[in-house]
Amino acid sequence: MAEKKKPVGKLIIYGICSVALYTLLLTNQELINQNFGRGGWYALLPIVTAFVFSFIHGNFTSYFWTVLGVEAKRKKEVK
Amino acid sequence: MHDIAQTVSNFVDLNWMNMTYLFIVGFVGGLVSGFIGSGGAFVLTPGMMSMGVPGLVAVASNMCHKFPKAFVGAIKRAKYGQVDVKLGLIMGASAEAGVLIGAQIQENIKKSFGDAGSNLYVSMAFVIVLAIVGGFVLRDAFKSMKNNKTEVEEEKVTKIARWVQSVNIPGTMVYFKSIDRKISILFTVPLGFATGMLAATIAVGGFIGVPAMIYILGVPSLMASATELVIAFVMGLGGSFKYALHGFVDIRLSMIILAGSLFGVQLGAIGTTYVKGYMIKLVMGTIMIIVLFSRGLMVPVYSAQLGIIPALGDMTVKILKNVSFSMMVLALFTGAFIVLKALWKGIREEKRSIAQEKPQEVR
Repeated sequence: MAEKKKPVGKLIIYGICSVALYTLLLTNQELINQNFGRGGWYALLPIVTAFVFSFIHGNFTSYFWTVLGVEAKRKKEVK
Repeated sequence: MHDIAQTVSNFVDLNWMNMTYLFIVGFVGGLVSGFIGSGGAFVLTPGMMSMGVPGLVAVASNMCHKFPKAFVGAIKRAKYGQVDVKLGLIMGASAEAGVLIGAQIQENIKKSFGDAGSNLYVSMAFVIVLAIVGGFVLRDAFKSMKNNKTEVEEEKVTKIARWVQSVNIPGTMVYFKSIDRKISILFTVPLGFATGMLAATIAVGGFIGVPAMIYILGVPSLMASATELVIAFVMGLGGSFKYALHGFVDIRLSMIILAGSLFGVQLGAIGTTYVKGYMIKLVMGTIMIIVLFSRGLMVPVYSAQLGIIPALGDMTVKILKNVSFSMMVLALFTGAFIVLKALWKGIREEKRSIAQEKPQEVR
């Protein structure tokens, strides 16, 4: 079982980035509320934010379960 | 300027209680949607509204967490070879059209019959669709469960699907890898459209999309639920942008829900690699039937508001509302429980089988 190395390094890097993103979001609420709710071209702000968070936090959560040992079944044949 | 001021006041203050609640419901919703392709919205939207978030902002913010969640889930499940991207994109595009028409119908009903009218319409849509489709899915899940005890290969393609696959309309035939043959897009377009209509009405298009892919197109359940994530992504992205144009998305709410739901969606996606197709149907059918009863309870409330039936006492309305919401939560948690149990069992069995293989290798 121990053949595969666990991606602890990546988990930590993405974890730090994810925490940083959420800290930014929650400490600048006023600024964000003022600009993200403007509509028009400002509509791109929430969309881009959602993609950035999904990339960083998505990787973090993926490595999180891998490091905990929750992984997909090895040989899964999809019919 | 006035508009901006108004929008800003649409965004509520967040406290730790609210954030923890959104995180947890996000996680459970993500777990379910990673597994069956959608879910969670029916608890999140009313949940946000109970925190004081205006209805439209709740719907918009929920949608803006849905598309990145579906995106991450779809990528994960594509790694397991379960996603038919082409089918997802084609159905997603027609679903967009369905969303637009569905939203228009909603608006017209609201204009003519007010809030109670639109609520009644939504509840009736829930009850009718869930009773017919949910009942069918759950019955089929139990049937395949029995057949599976004997380990005979699982999913039989339905008669309708066999017919759909046999029809050849020149100029409209497209090859889909999930069915491994060409079918006419004249079949996929209305199905996508219906998915979008339902999504615009009850927020969970997957309750039509997934069963339609399984029973009408003949897509295996695991692939259907994975492909639904692509449809949800396309619909969610378009919808979020539309709401964001008017400044309705509260990105803080969306991202806090996303924080929990990405943990869930990963786990739900991993869970699908341990189960057979009928488990998708079982989870989906179970949730649909519980939600059906939950919404059914609200039908007399809205009917009374419209004067169709005699008025109900305040206490009765309050009890019905609370029981109905609790049942929604129950539906989501029941689904999550079945997913976690299947995942737990699957991992344990695999560890056992690896442990058994080991000594043989040494010999």
